[in-house]
This record gives sequence, structure tokens and C-alpha cells, in this order.
Amino acid sequence: MSKAGFDGPPKGGFSFDLCKRNEMLVQKGLRAPSFLKTGTTIVGLVFQDGVILGADTRATEGPIVADKNCEKIHYIAPNIYCCGAGTAADTEAVTDMVSSQLTLHRYHTGRDSRVVTALTLLKSHLFSYQGHVSAALVLGGVDVTGPHLHTIYPHGSTDTLPYATMGSGSLAAMAIFESKYKEGLTKDEGIKLVAEAICSGIFNDLGSGSNVDICVLTKGNKEYLRNYSSPNPRTYISERGYEFSKKTEVLLTKITPLKDLVEVVEAGDAMEE
Amino acid sequence: MTKQQANWSPYDNNGGTCVAIAGADYCVIAADTRMSTGYNILTRDYSKITQLAEKSLMASSGFQADVRALQKLLAARHSIYQHQHNKQMSCPGMAQLLSNTLYYKRFFPYYSFNVLGGLDSEGKGCVFTYDAVGSYERVGYGSQGSGSTLIMPFLDNQLKSPSPLLLPAKDAVTPLSEAEAIDLVKTCFASATERDIYTGDKLEIVILNAQGTRREYLDLRKD
Repeated sequence: MSKAGFDGPPKGGFSFDLCKRNEMLVQKGLRAPSFLKTGTTIVGLVFQDGVILGADTRATEGPIVADKNCEKIHYIAPNIYCCGAGTAADTEAVTDMVSSQLTLHRYHTGRDSRVVTALTLLKSHLFSYQGHVSAALVLGGVDVTGPHLHTIYPHGSTDTLPYATMGSGSLAAMAIFESKYKEGLTKDEGIKLVAEAICSGIFNDLGSGSNVDICVLTKGNKEYLRNYSSPNPRTYISERGYEFSKKTEVLLTKITPLKDLVEVVEAGDAMEE
Repeated sequence: MTKQQANWSPYDNNGGTCVAIAGADYCVIAADTRMSTGYNILTRDYSKITQLAEKSLMASSGFQADVRALQKLLAARHSIYQHQHNKQMSCPGMAQLLSNTLYYKRFFPYYSFNVLGGLDSEGKGCVFTYDAVGSYERVGYGSQGSGSTLIMPFLDNQLKSPSPLLLPAKDAVTPLSEAEAIDLVKTCFASATERDIYTGDKLEIVILNAQGTRREYLDLRKD
């Protein structure tokens, strides 16, 4: 029996049925729920003995600040970290997933993870979702082949760079890198430059704000500097403080029983003649 | 193939927040000085408060080009009024004029959200809040702009205004002293700046009382 011309269900590949359905629903007027987006500044650079990653700590939901001090530098492996911008749930989920796969891979091979491995896992996942997983990442780490820094876009394309920025504050941060980065920076110079780039994003991009987080990765060592600097303290605190009544306000209501005021006459047998 | 359509819009939103509080013998009008568009800051030092007459000040957020045009028109109308009547317009008078001016453009509105503050003919503080097409109301306190959703419930909690439906009518002015009102405004803005990305940089407070007008400034977060 020949199978030619048989049009059964496809055995492999992707199904985009739901995408079509969603498109139809949107056309019919459905408003898809909004996500927590980290309108963000994230950066990374290679210095003389490793990689430095940096991030701001503001998470926004439209014009509202949802989290003033969130963590955007995610753990991938002991020698690899990753900054995430885009939809918070996606960056979190995608880095956790890859981190877990790499752990199993390390148990299997008995060797330290390599940055390219993380890079390949991330990009193949993102590519297969055709940009619907909105994670824009700056991946950095030091492995047996040396220090590495990569950027990964939501559609799965990647770059390998000596210095990189991402997120809504990427232009502000890149302006600093383009004017001041040079090869062979010392650790202190590198940290200072990363902090300055993040601050440029914090102050000039409304999607970024609050504090600076930094992660320094060197051969066999990592330094996670959570809230390395906090340049945005509250500017005014009232001396007298405020009181908030704990009681629920009860409306002034007076119930007048009407039955006492009128005489009720039982009108029986109304239907009868 | 999706249908081609004109996607150009004559409006922009430049953000910003305005607050006004009326007291027995004063009025406090405040606004931040950040002007922004999208995720960019255009300037950190732009005053949203304008003096329309001796005893009326207007704070406006929204689209600053429209706000500017509105301010210019009101200034012209007020100078005509002065020539015709040889006196300053009262604050309630200015409130009605602002409403009429906004409604005149009912089907191509000024994209501006205003609070008008001042002193009435008895020297009592008065605040008027508006929507973009001229609906207005005299209140004891009011807030407009991007941070108003954060500030208004706090003011309601602290200042509980009497219902406008009450009979006999109760005065809308707040029971606070001038210093307390200024303190409250500063707290409002420091808090709104924490959570609203379009509010920040600097707070400008104008205090209007029998002595005249006074200005105060407070630094806000710049991120």
C-alpha cells in the first residue's frame, strides 16, 4: 500500500493552531492580559580577568513601578550568570530551565558547564518559540576556555561581544560604554564602568530605576554585589507621621419602622364579589 | 493583508502630577517638574503651574503643547477682562472661563488635565478640578495627572471631604493648617514618585494666602 497522498496528522514540528486562535480572538475584541515587564537596563563587559554583569532593580507594569528592588541577575551555573530583560516570568522561567538542564549535564559529564552550552540551550529554546517568549538576555561567564559575554534576543539570535547592553535603557548604557570602554580594564575600573552605565539607564530611562546590582565572575570565583549602590533614597519623610483609622466607617442610618405609623387593614376576600 | 489606515495622532502624553488643597484662608497648589514622553525624560525642570490672575493658579498635566496653548488663551482672555472691567477676575470666575474654554473644543479637546486653585472673594481657599472637556466641580482638594490614581485615595483617607449632596451644604475646605497641608503635599509627591514612573525630579509648591503667593521646592527621586 502506498502512503503517497495520505494526509494524516503531522508527526512532528510545531503546531501554531493556538496562535491562529489567539489572532482570531484579538480580532473579535479580546484584550489579552498584560504582563509584568522589566523595562530594564542590563549590561555586561569583559575585563582583564573575567566578566562583570550589571542590572538595575526596577520592575514595571505599564507606568506603575511593580517592584522597586527586584533581582535581574539570574543564576545559571556556579561560573555563569545571566541578566534578563523583557517579560519577568519569561526571563525567570527560561534561566531556571537552562540552569536545571546544565546541572544535570554537569552530573552526567563531571565537568564544569561552558558558557556556549548555556548559550545554545537558551537560543534554541527562544528560537523554537519564534519570539513569543520575550526574554532579552545578557549571558556572561568564565569557563575552561576563558571569559565569555553574549547577548541573546527574544527570537533566538545571539551576539558575542566585549561589552553589551540590553533593555529599554540599552542606549543610555551603551553611550557610556562606547565613550569609556577599553580592553584590559582592572576589576575596580570594570565595576565602576558597569555601575556608571547602569546609573545612566536608571536616570535617563523611565523604565529603569532604583538600585544597581553587579556580579563579577572570574576564574573559579564569583562575587554577587546585590545593591552595589542605592542612588535613589526617598526624598521626604513627614515628621509627624500619619494615622489611618482601622475602623470601617458606618453610614449614619436611621431605620424607621413604618408598620407602627400606619394602620394595616387586612383586605380579605378581595377576589370575591 | 491588513487594512492601511492613517495612524498619525496629534496628541502626546507628557505625564506629570498636580495636586491642590484648599484651606480656610489659604490654597496650596503643587506639581512635579518632570516632562517626559514614552520612556524618555524631555526635561527635569518644567513648571506645570501658571498664575492666571492675582488669586487663581492653574496646574496642568497631559499634553504640554495643548496646555501651553490653553494657558496663552486664558492669559489673553484675562487681559481683555481687565481692560473691560478694570479689575482682576475672581477665582470662581476663572473656573467658569476655563470650563467654557475647554468645552469650546469638545470634539477636538485640549489634552490637558487641570486643577485650578485660588482664593474666592471672601479670601477662602478654593479648588476646582476638571476633565479634558470642561466638566468641573468645586472641591476641598483635588489631584490630576499620571500619579493622581496613587494620590487621590490617600487624600480621601486623610481629608474625608463632606458629600456635596449634604443638606445644608457643608464647606469643602480642609481642616488642616497651612503648614500641615504643605507637609501632606510633600508626602503625597514623595510617595507617588516611588511608584509612578512619570512623576519625579522636583516638586514645585505655590502657596496662596492673604499675604500673596509664595513658592517652595522639594527634590524628588530622579530615576
